[in-house]
Amino acid sequence: MSTPTTPTTPADAFRPAPVRTLLTGWGRTAPSAADVVEAVHPDVAATVVADVAAGRLGSGRGVIARGMGRSYGDAAQNGGGVVLDGTWMDGVTAVDLVTGRITVRAGTSLESLMERFVPLGWFVPVTPGTRQVTVGGAIAADIHGKNHHRDGSFASHVLSLTLVTPTGTVTVGPEDDPELFWATAGGMGLTGVITEATLAMLPVETSYLLVDTERARDLDDVMERMVSGDDGYHYSVAWIDCQATGARLGRSVLTRGDHARLADLPARLRTNPRRTRAFVPRTLATVPVTPPSGLLNPLTVGAFNEVWFRKAPRHEVGRPHHMTGFFHPLDGVAAWNRLYGNRGFLQYQFVVGDDQGEVVRRVISRLADVRLASFLAVLKRFGPGDPGPLSFPMPGWTLALDLPVGHPGLGRLLDELDDEVVGAGGRIYLAKDSRVARRHVEVMYPRLPEWRATRARVDPEGVLRSDLGRRLGLCDERPLRQ
Amino acid sequence: MIDAVGQPQSLLVLGGASEIAQAVVDAVAARRCRTVVLAGRESPRLAEAAERARSAGVEQVETVPFEATDVEGHRALVDSLFDRFGGFDVVLVAAGVLGDQEADEHDPAAAARVITTNFTGLAAAMVAVADRLRTQGYGRLVVLSSVAGDRARRANFVYGSSKAGLDAFSQGLGDALAGTGASVMVVRPGFVKGRMTEGMQPAPFATTPEAVAEAVVRGLERGNEVVYVPGVLRWVFALLRHAPRALWRRMPA
Repeated sequence: MSTPTTPTTPADAFRPAPVRTLLTGWGRTAPSAADVVEAVHPDVAATVVADVAAGRLGSGRGVIARGMGRSYGDAAQNGGGVVLDGTWMDGVTAVDLVTGRITVRAGTSLESLMERFVPLGWFVPVTPGTRQVTVGGAIAADIHGKNHHRDGSFASHVLSLTLVTPTGTVTVGPEDDPELFWATAGGMGLTGVITEATLAMLPVETSYLLVDTERARDLDDVMERMVSGDDGYHYSVAWIDCQATGARLGRSVLTRGDHARLADLPARLRTNPRRTRAFVPRTLATVPVTPPSGLLNPLTVGAFNEVWFRKAPRHEVGRPHHMTGFFHPLDGVAAWNRLYGNRGFLQYQFVVGDDQGEVVRRVISRLADVRLASFLAVLKRFGPGDPGPLSFPMPGWTLALDLPVGHPGLGRLLDELDDEVVGAGGRIYLAKDSRVARRHVEVMYPRLPEWRATRARVDPEGVLRSDLGRRLGLCDERPLRQ
Repeated sequence: MIDAVGQPQSLLVLGGASEIAQAVVDAVAARRCRTVVLAGRESPRLAEAAERARSAGVEQVETVPFEATDVEGHRALVDSLFDRFGGFDVVLVAAGVLGDQEADEHDPAAAARVITTNFTGLAAAMVAVADRLRTQGYGRLVVLSSVAGDRARRANFVYGSSKAGLDAFSQGLGDALAGTGASVMVVRPGFVKGRMTEGMQPAPFATTPEAVAEAVVRGLERGNEVVYVPGVLRWVFALLRHAPRALWRRMPA
């Protein structure tokens, strides 16, 4: 009779038990099933990557890390292969409340960082439109927020990261193996599994922002306001009503703000120290079922956009907004992606240079022409990009809009819009993508060969794979050597 | 990989010389398709189909011998193709014979040939394909059925019953694959004008291989499970299924 031995390492204690799971991105398109392993500890991630590389685990279709599944397309899917569920690998491992440097496991969500650190006076350096992303995912997609024009993207605030690769585990930073660090920033998980990162947090006095809101009558108007005024704000974004056409094309609501200092707050908030830095995320509602595709049609969406535009103040200055409402309005409705029905939806986000604002106009007008129902689109002006070869942001205009799948010819139309974007020297955001053509990716990201070379250095056999990687030719499609 | 709007990058065709299959290849080649494998009986037609796929811009085109009735060989063939190409986004089941109703009705071997090719042989091949789709965790199995299988008619019941069998099998297989990432789309064209029906009087709502191909592309985009071509036949056959027998058996070919 054998006696159980006490495990000496977490990987030893935890034998990966893969569970076949059907996965999609946030857009709920192109599902694929993978063997999901819960990466409860960095050691487990290392074991799983090594096992897949050695052919002890999986069927030769590689491995990719997955966080909270907020990429719109297939970035965190790996059909027939292994997917490491990184959300188990969370927690803060080191804190310096003087400098605001924190070290966290990569599966930690931005929401939990905010819940924990905002009351202590520290905010995340960059937040996207949702708090429901992991730190690992934020680095792999090199996410940006409303402060990109000022602070750049997420990876610019990462001091170092630990990466599990098929050739070993390494800790890299902008000074220490910058090549691998920047290939990982925006590298969509294809350079390794990020297990830990050290971030520089942003000091804040309160959990409120002072927000200026203004309505812009058309695209020229909003762009002009952004060009002339964005520099005066920490955060800036415009919400465009894509169904307004003709002279009103591009009518929008511009919201810009700065973190409120304690003295800025009205007395009722200022006098209660527990409220000034409170951060308690709440879900107001959950979409309980998936309605039929087509609920969001030009009529319903048009009505929503109209109401939304009219209810926005024409001009309002310095109104205090809590962080949750200002940064993450959609997080209040859980599973809102179900609203698009079973066919799902996609997000089209591109960036073009400052002098290419006309491309933004043409994209909005072409989508309006075919009566494609899009909720409010988001327009933002980027500042300089970072050195990541696959990092999305570059100086100029970025437009993001959600589109329901199923409209005949949507694929063709988006290919034509890509032609325009590429023609203007722009690119689309891989974390949002679920359909771009390979030929376009090569032009949009001209430093792709450099990225491939860095990836080959740490993953010569091509063990790190995803559906997105296969679709865009970023990784091999043929089975791994067994 | 297939993308969010249902555009495949790789396609395996069982029955690669079929006219409808060629039209589908043309349609997907114009979008994202980079790999096409045409499995079929070795013939000049199959070679021509491959040539046509190449000229349509498909980077990688291959032909492999495939005999629908060789059920013993299906597993090995399908496995070798999936291993070599690393998987397929779409597998199109397009093989089939029309037969000659008048002769088949009185010739047991000829009747069996139609049914074995159209139903038994293809169903067996689909078993092998479905196993691989389950393993790879994604993929669409597109099956060319026919409205002739909606309700067998006096004038072509040998062919019609073979399609009815194939159609029922495909639907069941689609249900079996639910949750695996793989799925089945059944395509039911009406009368398709082309080589197979040359010299025949077109039935009402007759269609073309190109129209069927467009419907396939559209069905992939929308994730449909059953597609009629033209679409109106869904409603026509919803009625005809209940037409009185005495009337139905007089329906002309």
